[in-house]
Amino acid sequence: MGNLLAAVVSAEAADSGQSQSYIERMFSSDGFHAPSIADFFPPAIFGDGTIFEFNRIMLVRVIAAVALLLVFWFVASRAKVVPGRFQAAIEFLIDFVKDEIVEPVMGHEGKRFMPFLTTLFFAIVFFNITGVIPFLNIASTSLIGLPILMAVWVYVLYLSEGIKKHGLGGYLKNNLFPPGVPKPIYLLLTPIEFLQVFILRPATLALRLAANMISGHLLLVLCFAATQYFFFEAAGAMKAMGAVTFVAGFAFVLFEIFVALLQAYVFTMLSAVYLNMALEAEH
Amino acid sequence: MIAQTLLLAEESSSVQGVDLILPEPYDLLWSLVIFAIIVVVFSKVLLPKLQKVLDERADLIQGGIEKAEKAQAEAAAALEEYTAQLTEARAEAARIREDARVEAAQILADARRRAGTDAERIVETAQRQIEAERHQAVVSLRTEVGTLATELASRIVGESLADDARQQRVIDTFLDDLESTVKAEG
Repeated sequence: MGNLLAAVVSAEAADSGQSQSYIERMFSSDGFHAPSIADFFPPAIFGDGTIFEFNRIMLVRVIAAVALLLVFWFVASRAKVVPGRFQAAIEFLIDFVKDEIVEPVMGHEGKRFMPFLTTLFFAIVFFNITGVIPFLNIASTSLIGLPILMAVWVYVLYLSEGIKKHGLGGYLKNNLFPPGVPKPIYLLLTPIEFLQVFILRPATLALRLAANMISGHLLLVLCFAATQYFFFEAAGAMKAMGAVTFVAGFAFVLFEIFVALLQAYVFTMLSAVYLNMALEAEH
Repeated sequence: MIAQTLLLAEESSSVQGVDLILPEPYDLLWSLVIFAIIVVVFSKVLLPKLQKVLDERADLIQGGIEKAEKAQAEAAAALEEYTAQLTEARAEAARIREDARVEAAQILADARRRAGTDAERIVETAQRQIEAERHQAVVSLRTEVGTLATELASRIVGESLADDARQQRVIDTFLDDLESTVKAEG
């Protein structure tokens, strides 16, 4: 972290075009910056305007992915029967996915999907948690591309598993014409079920995750920007307001850590539920 | 809002260097402060407690594994001992059976020999008895046949062969003849 700071300072020194260095701007205020949706579209580092445009959110994603791989590689390569502290913590999370999500929802059949759902859970946790890590400061999942990708993955998986098990006709009949309903009700029910299975499930998966991360980031930045403004610009009693916004920021950081885990849990849980619904004979 | 977005868009075109990869300065500053507080609280207060529990668990598992290994070793030793005892017991049983068979054969042989002896003795006794009886019969026959034959002969001849010595000689001669005749025929 110290190296990075030094690099920042030296980079600033070289960059004479700016009136104020990054460090100087860190301890001053030039008016209140309200957070906006533009935060999620930072300037491109390279490939501006092309499909390969790479900005700092992409960089954060890469860092999160590398961190995820490194952490698990580290644990897996040193895995022992009697776990050390770190291994025990990771094992606790893996067991959490198994005992709290997969087995209660899918039962014995869930064993087959354990690797997929566990990967999903940990990927989302790592991509979400970047929102509260200093220097990263943005959830990788707050740009909807990544949540869409994961939702599509789940969507394709539950459709293919359902069709593989019941055949195309059987799958459609199971899902669009649930048994035990008077025939005229199908006029109402079938379009709803169709929307559910083919559009709403993946769309809500992606939107729920992205929206949570976006609002979380906006809340944090709002608190931080206000604290900056109150501490470095406001005069007199208004400075004390900075303490309030700081405490609020602190609370929201803790809340965001919770939300990062909760949304990973929700996403994984719903994926398990959708897979289970696709595989069930009748529901 | 539109104006602001435009402003931001304008700004973004002039963004260079570290601003491309770092968040807004205020974002970084306050998240850093808060993160530092969280890290301190975690590493000084919460993690030690958790680590204690985790270490205890590791010790517990380690202890459990060692105990299980010990129990397994004991079980293996017991099994070995048991197998050895079983082998020994089998050998002993075989020996006892062998002994019993030998003994039984001996007893049988003894019994057979004794039975043979008994049978021989019984046969001998019987033969001796038969011989004695025969002898007695011959003696009594000799007496009675003599008397009867004498009486018969004296009646036929009409004279009394009262002289005992002659009478006895005649009878003996007759009987000897008779016996030799029987022997010759038999």
